[in-house]
Amino acid sequence: MGVTSETIRGILLDMALIIEENKQYLTDLDAAIGDGDHGHNMARGFAAIKTKLGENPELTPEGLLKTAAMAPISNVGGASGPLYGTLFLKGAGAIGGKPELELADLAALLREGVEGVKTRGRSDFGEKTMLDVLVPVQRSLESDAAAGVSCGEALAKAKKLAEECAGKTRDIVATKGRASYLGERSLGHIDPGAMSSCLLISTLKEG
Amino acid sequence: MKKIINAPENVVDEMLKGLGASFPQYVTRVPGTDVMARRRKKDGKVALVSGGGSGHEPSHAGFVGEGMLDAAVCGAVFTSPTPDQVYEAVKAVQTDAGVLLIIKNYTGDVMNFEMAMEMADAEGIKTAKVVIDDDVAVMNSTWTVGRRGIAGTVLLHKIAGAAAEEGRSLEEVKRIGEKVVANIRSMGMALSPCIVPAAGKPNFTLAENEMEMGLGIHGEPGVRREAVKPADAIADELLGRILEDMPLSAGDEIALLVNGLGGTPLMELFIVSRRVHEALAGIGVKVHNTNVGNYMTSIEMAGCSVTVLKLDEELKKLYDAKADTPAYKNFG
Repeated sequence: MGVTSETIRGILLDMALIIEENKQYLTDLDAAIGDGDHGHNMARGFAAIKTKLGENPELTPEGLLKTAAMAPISNVGGASGPLYGTLFLKGAGAIGGKPELELADLAALLREGVEGVKTRGRSDFGEKTMLDVLVPVQRSLESDAAAGVSCGEALAKAKKLAEECAGKTRDIVATKGRASYLGERSLGHIDPGAMSSCLLISTLKEG
Repeated sequence: MKKIINAPENVVDEMLKGLGASFPQYVTRVPGTDVMARRRKKDGKVALVSGGGSGHEPSHAGFVGEGMLDAAVCGAVFTSPTPDQVYEAVKAVQTDAGVLLIIKNYTGDVMNFEMAMEMADAEGIKTAKVVIDDDVAVMNSTWTVGRRGIAGTVLLHKIAGAAAEEGRSLEEVKRIGEKVVANIRSMGMALSPCIVPAAGKPNFTLAENEMEMGLGIHGEPGVRREAVKPADAIADELLGRILEDMPLSAGDEIALLVNGLGGTPLMELFIVSRRVHEALAGIGVKVHNTNVGNYMTSIEMAGCSVTVLKLDEELKKLYDAKADTPAYKNFG
């Protein structure tokens, strides 16, 4: 059995919660190498997602993801609004009208979403951004889906991988986004976008 | 945090209300948005839209008016406005001649403005963009997102605005805007950080005897921290970095902008301006005109930036054209 609309709604609400809980942490990470607003921007975006979900109780998986896309696009600004908005929007496009999502669908959703983020942000893996978490997580889900690994096991692996990858951004010199202005001074700091992506991945569940 | 505000979440809205109440002859707020549009529209000319995060006042809404911008989109403090807000600005001021968007080169600004352009394209509104990246503090290479847009943006508004006001085509105004970008350089420094109202505390701290060289306009740290030096040494380094990047020779003519970041008195800006003038005279460069003041600020940050725009006859004529806005006036 796949991931239902109800579960996706639950995941999005969990995402809003974990972002709100880590608002100050993300902002502190951003203050070190950026402009110190990532947590507040993410919290504003996910609060808007929560509000929109409340107004629309009957949504398909695609509808849920589209709602999750438009809320940050219209409410956040900065870089995280369009990037997370694009992630959800392209992801929504990948699943079409499916009522439930299998592991392969989750992998496809994330593949399209990640490609959208790459294009919008003109960035790729290894540049101290959210992609340093999302790209390996996507690849892991994709290969697990192909290998017939169970959804629960694949998600557990993905969460662990996300944590490792977010931590590794500490050792990368930023070449994209605001942190790139610091050059070598960005070393030793976890990328706030990678961490917010890691937090979002940590809420994924099968049912 | 000690600020003259009511609530952090209301600063942008209340500022825009105040701007509208103070300068009704120049600007009007597009209902339901954070867009300030020119009160007296001129039909048929290319419309200029700029904007970005708030906290840089008078940029950008202070430059809405005759001979400069037609609309400014005001995001949350230091946060690029959203695509739908930018699109509202485009819709509010569009003409058949098209809309030129002036974007400071930041990842967020570029993405949000480009998404707005895609929305405008879908509705058949003709748009073009000029991205400004005048900050020489940041290395410009394929390995970074490129230089930031800082105070030089104001002179871009001035010159592109004059070209649009003359009735030139969208392609022409874009060409002139890109010519400004190719010939303008800025470099800044700070003595103290700033506090984003929603954050409530400074992004970084500087000891009494420290300064930060080469920082941007968002309270982000600069490229180097060092001991505070006298004004002349600071001015020499700011100008020196600019000239390293854009060498000038005797006989060249420039426009100069000595910009305050919000918390530095004009007295100090004039001391910097004096030294920059001396240094430029020393190499035979002629200063056509100077602006000194707070044009592109970083809330209450203490510090300054120097901007040099190399002029040719075309740019000089547009620079000298009339502008009448709340924060920039030129009556020829």
